[in-house]
Amino acid sequence: MRFSFASLLRNAFSAHTGWPEQWRSPEPKAAYDVIIVGAGGHGLATAYYLAAEHGITNVAVVERGWLGGGNTGRNTTIIRSNYLWEESEALYDHALDLWQDLSQVLNYNVMYSPRGVMMLAHTVHDVQVSKRHVHANRLAGIQNEWLSPEEAKAFCPPLNISRDIRYPVMGAALQRKGGVARHDAVAWGYARAASALGVDIIQNCEVTAIRRGPDGAVTGIETTKGPIGAKKIGVVAAGHTSVVMGMAGLRMPLESYPLQALVSEPLKPVFPCVVMSNTIHAYISQSDKGDLVIGAGTDQYVSYSQTGGLHITTHTLDAICELFPMFRRVRMLRNWGGIVDVTPDRSPILAKTPVKGLFVNCGWGTGGFKATPGSGHVFAHTIARDEPHPKNAPFTLERFRDGRLIDEAAAAAVAH
Amino acid sequence: MSQTFRRPEGGRIKRNKPVAFRFDGRALTGYEGDTLASALLANGVHLVGRSFKYHRPRGILTAGAEEPNALVTVSRDAARSTPNLRATQVEIYEGMTAESQNRWPSLAFDASAVNDLLSPIFVSGFYYKTFMWPAKFWTSVYEPRIRAAAGLGKAPELPDPDRYQSRFAHCDVLVIGAGPAGLAAALAAMESGARVILCDEQAEMGGSLLSDPDVTIEGQSGRQWSTDVIMALALSDRVTCLTRTTAFGYFADNFVALAERITDHMATPPASSPRERLWQVRAKQVVIATGALERPLVFPENDRPGILFADAARTYLNRYGVMAGRKTVVATACDSAYLAALDLHRAGVEVPAILDIRREGGALTAAARAAGIRVETGATVTGTRGRLRVASVEFGHVQADGSVRHDAVLPCDSLLMSGGWTPTLHMFSQSRGKLRYEEVTGRYLPGRSAEHERSAGACNGTMALGAVLDEGYAAGENAARAAGLATRGTKTFAVAGATTPDGQVLGALPHDRNPGRVKAFVDFQHDVTAKDIKLAVREGFRSIEHVKRYTTTGMATDQGKTSNMNALAIAAGALDKPIPAVGLTTFRMPYTPTTFGIFANTSRGDLFDPVRRTSTHDWAAAAGAEFENVGMWKRAWYFPRQGESMHAAVDRECRTVRAAVGIFDASTLGKIEVVGPDAAEFMHRIYVNPFLKLEVGRCRYGIMCRDDGFVYDDGVVGRIAADRFHVTTTTGGAPRVLSHMEDYLQTEWTDLKVWLTSTTEQWAVIAVQGPKAREAIAPLIEGIDLSKAAMPHMSVRMGTILGVPCRLFRMSFTGELGFEINVPAAYGKAIWEAVHARVVALGGCPYGTEAMHVLRAEKGYIIVGQDTDGTVTPDEAGVGWAVGKSKPDFVGKRGLARADLLKPGRTQLVGLATVDPKVVLEEGAQITPDADPAPRTHAIGHVTSAYHSAVLGRSIALAMVERGRSRLGETLHVPMPGGAIAVTVVDPVFYDKEGGRLDP
Repeated sequence: MRFSFASLLRNAFSAHTGWPEQWRSPEPKAAYDVIIVGAGGHGLATAYYLAAEHGITNVAVVERGWLGGGNTGRNTTIIRSNYLWEESEALYDHALDLWQDLSQVLNYNVMYSPRGVMMLAHTVHDVQVSKRHVHANRLAGIQNEWLSPEEAKAFCPPLNISRDIRYPVMGAALQRKGGVARHDAVAWGYARAASALGVDIIQNCEVTAIRRGPDGAVTGIETTKGPIGAKKIGVVAAGHTSVVMGMAGLRMPLESYPLQALVSEPLKPVFPCVVMSNTIHAYISQSDKGDLVIGAGTDQYVSYSQTGGLHITTHTLDAICELFPMFRRVRMLRNWGGIVDVTPDRSPILAKTPVKGLFVNCGWGTGGFKATPGSGHVFAHTIARDEPHPKNAPFTLERFRDGRLIDEAAAAAVAH
Repeated sequence: MSQTFRRPEGGRIKRNKPVAFRFDGRALTGYEGDTLASALLANGVHLVGRSFKYHRPRGILTAGAEEPNALVTVSRDAARSTPNLRATQVEIYEGMTAESQNRWPSLAFDASAVNDLLSPIFVSGFYYKTFMWPAKFWTSVYEPRIRAAAGLGKAPELPDPDRYQSRFAHCDVLVIGAGPAGLAAALAAMESGARVILCDEQAEMGGSLLSDPDVTIEGQSGRQWSTDVIMALALSDRVTCLTRTTAFGYFADNFVALAERITDHMATPPASSPRERLWQVRAKQVVIATGALERPLVFPENDRPGILFADAARTYLNRYGVMAGRKTVVATACDSAYLAALDLHRAGVEVPAILDIRREGGALTAAARAAGIRVETGATVTGTRGRLRVASVEFGHVQADGSVRHDAVLPCDSLLMSGGWTPTLHMFSQSRGKLRYEEVTGRYLPGRSAEHERSAGACNGTMALGAVLDEGYAAGENAARAAGLATRGTKTFAVAGATTPDGQVLGALPHDRNPGRVKAFVDFQHDVTAKDIKLAVREGFRSIEHVKRYTTTGMATDQGKTSNMNALAIAAGALDKPIPAVGLTTFRMPYTPTTFGIFANTSRGDLFDPVRRTSTHDWAAAAGAEFENVGMWKRAWYFPRQGESMHAAVDRECRTVRAAVGIFDASTLGKIEVVGPDAAEFMHRIYVNPFLKLEVGRCRYGIMCRDDGFVYDDGVVGRIAADRFHVTTTTGGAPRVLSHMEDYLQTEWTDLKVWLTSTTEQWAVIAVQGPKAREAIAPLIEGIDLSKAAMPHMSVRMGTILGVPCRLFRMSFTGELGFEINVPAAYGKAIWEAVHARVVALGGCPYGTEAMHVLRAEKGYIIVGQDTDGTVTPDEAGVGWAVGKSKPDFVGKRGLARADLLKPGRTQLVGLATVDPKVVLEEGAQITPDADPAPRTHAIGHVTSAYHSAVLGRSIALAMVERGRSRLGETLHVPMPGGAIAVTVVDPVFYDKEGGRLDP
């Protein structure tokens, strides 16, 4: 049933008893054309575009827990494309393009809200790096502009631009098209649309092995719900990608870290945009519901634990209270953690692998949500055609062997 | 009308201390010891808030931290305004101003209550299904209106003037909660000689004993027993008692965070006192005694003001002397509500009926009837009436087939409900303990522990007071023993007059109404009804996490304390699964909302991050220097004279160094002492340069790569002895270089005998640069022959300066003759002043980091992190000569051999000369072959450094450009918003290419 105000109204007369399931919850078939491992945003988007754009509808998405329950449902939903390198610019801007009408395409309100993403510079070095991004983006046709501290404050009135704070704001890079979206809705919207096209989403189904034929090519997977055959498998398992790829004998250049976030109690509208500070580790926006949504930096040590240390939360709130001193009386409502998979160059891997029929989409680190539509779109292309889309062609696994890195961290001098 | 619902006697409030306060502008009075909720109820005020979505009138539901409805903003002044406080936790003080929230124009008449009429449309998740057409309207129309309607209270607009503190503490036993179980536990631990911290979120310790008039413990009243125990604990110097202190987070290794609220209850807080204090407690053992929370009954229209939890009403009566109403109906599935009914009845409140959903009633049914109260068993509420306050209750009897037959309407002014008790598992669950589900009682309880903790009392499922005390005492005793203390054994308490609150119900109750239309609330704040949860299940949301997120149940500011179990039961019913198969959402910190300021506490201004200052900082400040932040350091940026601009100051400093001599504080450079028999071998491997043959007394400019082959850091290294190197690093790189070195020593080269010591702050480093550098320092130095022959460029000598031991380096980052004097930091200022006097006498001056940057750029010397960015090899950065070609291995050698790093076309460091010498390029600007590049043109490089050079009388720039070294003489373009700037590619050495000035 199509979602619209009219259908909502119609269903109100039948006390909403007429709504069908948003996605089916079938038992797995014996075999599919393609299996996607991981029903997060990227995995579900991949399945959707396989069906919608490549006509491959005999697809299963298998998920150990519940769909959208990993980083898709835990992140601070920042969307932007003002990356430094041309490869990244192309990939993330592709995603940004797809965000524009994603609600209409999926017929699911994902609440993409281009409120503007402002990245603060606090030192001379920050200014150099930010301006390099602004210049590179302008040349690449990607929106990004440099603001003086006064202009930054005009855009975000709560911002403290006093010269007396420890690391005064020396300026900011602003991408007006950047913003936020409703994370759960993205996963659910893709799930519903994919399911409607015939994709089977199989939750509570853990992959225990990857089966391979005599020629080394994949033939399917073993799961807690039994074996499922497929000639093509796309692994999109975020923090646990290394574990799944290990089943095919592949060692991934990934490290997994806990990343924390928190929300305040709901407040009346007080914060108009998204502000990021990579230097003092503060990431903040206000949700439609009114919560201040705040992200922290990663913990210092690798771990698979979805909680983190108190000192990380503390460090982030130090920075928030310094930049927005009126928020000192605001209260934290909930804090949580996720596991992010980080590559040596802080850019993702979206590629074929040395194992025939096995594809991988991982390594998004702390910034994968923004790429969800673009990532799914080009990964579906890669799986369907057995060759990468031009926009993900540089994001190979081999680049770590050959040295053709896309080092966004080095460019920013920090992990972000 | 003043406090007409206050009983003439009873309660623990101070009746001789009346307190005047305002609620929504209305002047009211209460007593010291009142919460805002008890004081409002004493004045007959039930309507205190509006719900989040439907803006339904809401009253005070509870008497504690779990309150979902009664949220208020309390303001002392414009800057000291705190939104979203629970009236049930706010203690009133003289002159307090409290306001209701999220209503307009008034609480009694709220325009947004129209949402309630639209509730047939505004069901769970409706916003995912609409607001999509026309597409543009989301950002311009729909979202702004949704945002304006959402949110609860308003954030203060001014910076918070209050202070917050943090304290670290250790103890043998931390007891969380000072109800009967916690008090008994703390008593046992104290008697065992343990160091104890006991905390409780309320203003007064005692928990449920404070509102129970009937029980006796060891022959005295429960209240007296608790008073005596609290006194004994308070008098012990081994026990720290913290009231108004919430344990809100439980972290690994028994690390527990407590939030102490110090001044919020005071009319005039002392200026010396912080508002709140964060306690970071590391406890050997923890006793969790957090009690249990009563649950609401899910019947139609269970949310009107005047409807509250039965035990809350009993607390208001017995602890505050306040009646929730004069005609009070009681609906229950649990015996504890009978206690409330009996107490109210005894206090003269009319109790028209107790409606007990249980077919047979409970342990106190006969007692209630004997007291003259009508009890209907097998009866349930089927609806309520009343706009701003409940006015009547409809009830019926549940038939054998599960249907409900309507019986009667009971007029009333209040309705109490109890669905049973939910153990408070937050701390246990946060500690990563595993929960277990007890089928018979429908409760989750603590299962296997993950930390050194134990639960006691109601949070452990133990409800009978005698058992609670015994279990609490045993827990305290066990904890003390586990902490290594001798204990006095267990103890049994003699208890009388206690009633065990048996009986409970989970989920929605049956009724005779249209199930698609009635609202039976599960989550009060978020307006989630039983039918919302069923809708979510119908739409395929099968995990409890999905149900939670789709309906938003449990996501309000009470985080589901009153709603989660009912929501879970309704979802399980709809899915036709047992409750444990549906799962439970994760408990996360904080237990209750916790002020941001308590985390940030003193970390503001200069205390935000430690400020590192060199020994000459104060001297430079007095000399008028401007400073810049470099990492945590404050570095002198330039030394402007009266009226001098930055540009003029930097030009003057640069010219002075080139013409005479300058003095510069280089102390912030990282310094590492590398010592040991294998020190040379270690240096040989960790740097790209050869180090084995470096002679003692000589220096080398070292380049360090990561294993990927990209430049990581650089610095001059001096060989002090055969087994000792003095390593310098970049200012920002010092910590990571030390880690990098340690990493290799500890994991890769465990065979090497080498020790590393950070000496960054042990040495003050004074650079003296310029043609008169030798002349400047010569008279001050003893024991070192400074002559060109005896001390060549890139050498290091030991001697003294003005009697102070020094390591004197002959080196240069300016291209001029230069020395760097290392002296123990304590002498830094004195030596600086002496050298400075000599420098000035020779026509020199101090210079700052900006002049240093210009001077080095004139010579084409790179700054790692500015001219390189972690993607640049030594060769590309123009320092390929440093790589030891014949070395068998070094960190980065394999990385450098990777295919892509050997490809032609990578970027290389070059100089850029603008065609117009007056134009200074912008650092970070891109470089293209065309003056007018088409959109999405590939940039062939970028500007890394750009300055005005006073000596050269023109601008200079360094850049990384693809195949840069093959482009010398080529004209390229730097596109800017106002048009491209033409540049010529030149050698990166702009000044003294032959290097003669280095070694005159």
